[in-house]
Amino acid sequence: MTTSGYTESIAAAPRARRKLPRWWFAAALFGLLLGLSLLEQVTGADDLVSRGTVAATLIAVVPIMLAGLGGLWSERAGVVNIGLEGMMILGTWGAGYFGYHYGAWAGVAGAIVMGMLGGLVHAIATVVFGVDHIISGVAINIIALGAVQYLASLTFVGLPGGGQTQSPKIEDVPSINITFLGDFFGDIVDKNIFFVSQTAAVAQALVTNLSWLVVISMLLLVVTWFVLWRTSFGLRLRSCGESPSAAESLGVHVLRYKFAAVLISGGLAGLAGGFLAMVASSNYRDGQTGGRGYIGLAAMIFGNWRPGGLLAGSGLFGYSETLGLRAGGDSVHALLLAIAVLAIAAAVWQARQQQQRAAIITGVVAVALGVLYFAIDEVPSDFSTMTPYVVTLLVLAFASQRLRMPAADGQIYRKGSAG
Amino acid sequence: MTKARLTRLGLGVASAVLALLAAFAITSLVLIAAGDPVGEVWGQLLSWPEQRNWANIINNATVLFLSGLAVAVSFRMNLFNIGVDGQYRVAAFTAAVVAGEAWLPGYLNTALAILCAMAVGAIWAGIAGVLRATRGVSEVISTIMLNAIATSLVAYLLRKAAVREEGSNALGTKEIPEGSRIGGLPFGDFEIYGFIIMAAAFGFAFWFVLNRTRFGFDLRATGQSTTAAVASGVSVKKMTVAAMMISGAIAGLVGLPILFGDAYTYGSTFQSGLGFAGIAIALLGRNNPIGIALGALLFAYLDEQSNPLQILVGVSPDIVAITQGVIVLTVVISYELVRRYGVRLEQREVARALATPSTDQPEEVSA
Amino acid sequence: MSTPATPVAETAPATAEIAVRLRGIGKRFPGVIANDDINIDVRRGTIHAIVGENGAGKSTLMKILYGVQPPDSGTIEINGAEVSLHSPADAIKSGVGMVFQHFMLADNLTVLENVVLGAERLHGIGAKARAEVLRISDAYNLGIEPDRLVEALGVGARQRVEILKVLYRGARIVILDEPTAVLVPQEVDELFGNLRELKAEGLSVIFISHKLDEVLSVADEITVIRRGTTVKTVEPQGVSARQLAELMVGSELPSPSTEASTVTDEVLLSVSGLSLPSDEGRPLLDDVSFQIHRGEILGIAGVEGNGQAELVESIMGMRAASSGRIELAGADLSHLSTRERREGGIGYIPEDRHRHGLLLESPLWENRILGHQSRPPSVNHGLIDKRAARKDTARIIEAYDVRTPGPDVLARALSGGNQQKLIVGREMSGEPVLLIAAHPTRGVDVGAQAAIWRHIKDARRNGLAVLLISADLDELIGLSDRIEVILRGRFVGTFDPEDVTPERLGSAMTGAGEDK
Repeated sequence: MTTSGYTESIAAAPRARRKLPRWWFAAALFGLLLGLSLLEQVTGADDLVSRGTVAATLIAVVPIMLAGLGGLWSERAGVVNIGLEGMMILGTWGAGYFGYHYGAWAGVAGAIVMGMLGGLVHAIATVVFGVDHIISGVAINIIALGAVQYLASLTFVGLPGGGQTQSPKIEDVPSINITFLGDFFGDIVDKNIFFVSQTAAVAQALVTNLSWLVVISMLLLVVTWFVLWRTSFGLRLRSCGESPSAAESLGVHVLRYKFAAVLISGGLAGLAGGFLAMVASSNYRDGQTGGRGYIGLAAMIFGNWRPGGLLAGSGLFGYSETLGLRAGGDSVHALLLAIAVLAIAAAVWQARQQQQRAAIITGVVAVALGVLYFAIDEVPSDFSTMTPYVVTLLVLAFASQRLRMPAADGQIYRKGSAG
Repeated sequence: MTKARLTRLGLGVASAVLALLAAFAITSLVLIAAGDPVGEVWGQLLSWPEQRNWANIINNATVLFLSGLAVAVSFRMNLFNIGVDGQYRVAAFTAAVVAGEAWLPGYLNTALAILCAMAVGAIWAGIAGVLRATRGVSEVISTIMLNAIATSLVAYLLRKAAVREEGSNALGTKEIPEGSRIGGLPFGDFEIYGFIIMAAAFGFAFWFVLNRTRFGFDLRATGQSTTAAVASGVSVKKMTVAAMMISGAIAGLVGLPILFGDAYTYGSTFQSGLGFAGIAIALLGRNNPIGIALGALLFAYLDEQSNPLQILVGVSPDIVAITQGVIVLTVVISYELVRRYGVRLEQREVARALATPSTDQPEEVSA
Repeated sequence: MSTPATPVAETAPATAEIAVRLRGIGKRFPGVIANDDINIDVRRGTIHAIVGENGAGKSTLMKILYGVQPPDSGTIEINGAEVSLHSPADAIKSGVGMVFQHFMLADNLTVLENVVLGAERLHGIGAKARAEVLRISDAYNLGIEPDRLVEALGVGARQRVEILKVLYRGARIVILDEPTAVLVPQEVDELFGNLRELKAEGLSVIFISHKLDEVLSVADEITVIRRGTTVKTVEPQGVSARQLAELMVGSELPSPSTEASTVTDEVLLSVSGLSLPSDEGRPLLDDVSFQIHRGEILGIAGVEGNGQAELVESIMGMRAASSGRIELAGADLSHLSTRERREGGIGYIPEDRHRHGLLLESPLWENRILGHQSRPPSVNHGLIDKRAARKDTARIIEAYDVRTPGPDVLARALSGGNQQKLIVGREMSGEPVLLIAAHPTRGVDVGAQAAIWRHIKDARRNGLAVLLISADLDELIGLSDRIEVILRGRFVGTFDPEDVTPERLGSAMTGAGEDK
């Protein structure tokens, strides 16, 4: 089977990549906050940027981002990993078992180790035996699901609060609480000043009950960027995903780097599962991942196989998930208006870029969304659930020429192919 | 049957056996590591099922067979339809609504519902096919996305179309009227799905279309070598969309034996996850209808036989899910090993069969 | 073992001057002897060319010298010390660097990243490395911009990156495998300038090629390889291209020869104004017009990559041409699909039989159907007639002397020559009026080559029009009734095979004739 990745290049002339300025992240965050504050003003939806929403969003974003990071490591080395879901599932059990018996941090370690076990299977199958990456990924998802159910009934039945489908309660991972700052920001929030209160809400969420695991996960994103793009280890690893034969011709041990990358990938996916069990919830539960491994993969593709983009993708998906769960249809409904306005802006931009057809399509979508906003009062939660998937499909369909996946992603490499 | 074909068949069987033995060994190792009674587990799994169990196995296998068939169509074209899961749920829901509304009488209603299911499955898979053909989007990722979208969409529509049963929280579509249900076939004291006849017919059609028609030849040729197919005059884009749609149409049938033979309504508890088993079964059955039938029987057998494990020997029946997943990997690895052996064997055979020695040696083909 | 089969150059150089000494190198692949008793001395500070036909074993030899593949026998000495190279890393350590025929560059990485990859220990991957890259680039006049993405570079620039990669690692021995195959003449001149600078710095260059004029202009010594073994080492001053060609080809090879002309007045294929744009601006095909008559073989000569493949694919309908008209026996083909064109009577022997000509994992009788899916005897009314297909396959096996136990064998199991004979037989079986033969004897053995030549001549005698594309100039001259030279997508000259030499063709192919 060929799995040469997610998109084939269809006569795409290479585009010059514009370098983003260093302050882009701060600017983007600022713009986002401003936009959401404005939206709250206009629509009267008041839960778009509350402390609760921000805190819940962080909890929702981290597992998606960690899974996506796992995908990033693996795919940057040229191994497609749709087994992320399975590795996450293994991680949830690892957190449940080791967390219950040996404490919170042991749970974290257990989740990582279990995820790495899944990664090990994937690495052996794809790197050593040259099995198609997709088949191996599917197999791991099947095995992982069976394995944790088997393991759960083996290890959790008979424990207090444990059973076939859930573990006993796990000890909490320590969290950051700076009470006086929290109170200070809380006061500002209560004053209801445009934009200031919203910013304070974000700040309050960051100093109140912020799990260390959230902080560590964000650090892992930065570490990933640094290792992959600023060290020779990372350069070699990426070269295996771009042109393994070139790498081998220069003395890089391609298979070793792929193996390592898939193991790290598994570890990160396992941590994502652990996060679900220990921070998003307080015990292992059957079916806890709910397809987040796939959303992580989608976030990585949305983010064009880059850490910054991945963060944006997981932020978007996590936020829409949170809104869907919290205020329900109200907040998502408000977002519709925002998207409609953004689409109009995009249409204008496209028209000025001489892309008339694209501009017309975007314009029609914008108007349709606007009409929808005024026609309905609430967006059913099912639709906010499907948002990540629809967005990813649209991105792949309409922006795939801008996506740049590693050139040798998904290809099976055999040693001695150089030359 | 010539010797060359006989050898190939023999190697095929050998590789399947090799894969199953390897999966057997790995499962045993897991059991040993977990401290579970290996002998008793296999004793139960390998015991001869009773008639009632056989009926369940055959019913289950019918469903899995269709799922394997759907995946196999795409595999033959070297496409990866891992969206059978979403396709059959969207399709089964549609069929349930159509049949429940009963616009037509009796079996006409059934036929219409089946056609609708196939059409919806084909369209759902066709989205991935069109994206692949026109935008180059990998069908793997698009079908994963479509699976998830299907889940939300069906959940939403189910709430719109649902009729709440008296005294139950379960949501479901209107029940299919009795005249439109597909009756069971007698199987000893029990009954099996009447749909099995249709499944067998589709199995035969699959074989016939792929192996005996030009369309099937084009499809297989494209699957083996896109470049050679293009040079021979096949339009790969059309074939891509066609193959995905056929795969989706068959996927649309997957839920129907249950719907028309057992459940009569599509509810929130309708069986899910059948699509992924189909991938394993198509691989195990080497994309060949008879192989897929055997693979489906094996998977259904393992599922059925594992049910009483908890009660009888205190082991979670989920152990067979591990076995099934491991089979996917061992099957692929052992097929590849056996294939390489087969190629070497045949090259030697060719060299020996040549009456006159030639300076021209078999060429090493890099894979 | 230690005795060279053929004496190396008359003036045997002192050992101290020898950068690379190969003795008795042998390498077998299953069923094929790629190298057999190779003996070469490369002196320090020289450009040493290794010439030979396609498939003579040059590339295998270079892979051995670069540690990609281990030799089965023989010894390698570098600067007087025997070495054993198990990986490219070993070769790099010994000061050997290689520029592969197919560039070994990652498109999505920057030039700097490509250069430092695998050699990060030398100068890191940051500013120091960048400075070093610029220093080498200036020293050898390579004109490298370290921060550009490789995908944005042209072919010549990519090659200079490859050379810089090698120099960055401190290589003193640089191997270039067919470096000019993808270059236009100006780029070739630039490359040769770079090579002379390397030589001036005391580096040794091993230059692999089958283009004799280039070799004669740049090399200090030339070693000829034929059928995996060294034939002779000569100096360019005392040898002509003709003599080199004879050494390369040997005398025992059969040579195609034309028979009495069978050309008629009836035009079968008429191509007019065919153009094909490319993404980079320069068109792949530029206003190509020609006709082939019944009973005529038109040969297309050209350096690979000058539009031959695109021309064939346009006629076959595998790519849509932007403009122009293609007529077969008076019928317009321009808007027909590949299948309809095949049904119209085009037979096609593709350049790469594994990619375009065969289903390797299918039995021969299914391969008989390929390309004839819509025609009897194998297919009737959309249904496959297996019995008829097998019977007709047996006929082809018999008539074209395909060495196989029977039609049920997988195509993969056949040798290259027999695969090719099967393809020829298949393409001749649909009663074609036009046969397109792209490199029909590439990579086949001598016996099959002679047979395929005979079949092409038979086709011509039977009134087919034949479009023959080949890199083998002797084949072109021997078979064609007329030869057109293609350069950068344009037809630049017509030659009569009766009175043309490979040298004249060669200079037309490289555009050398344009100046005059």
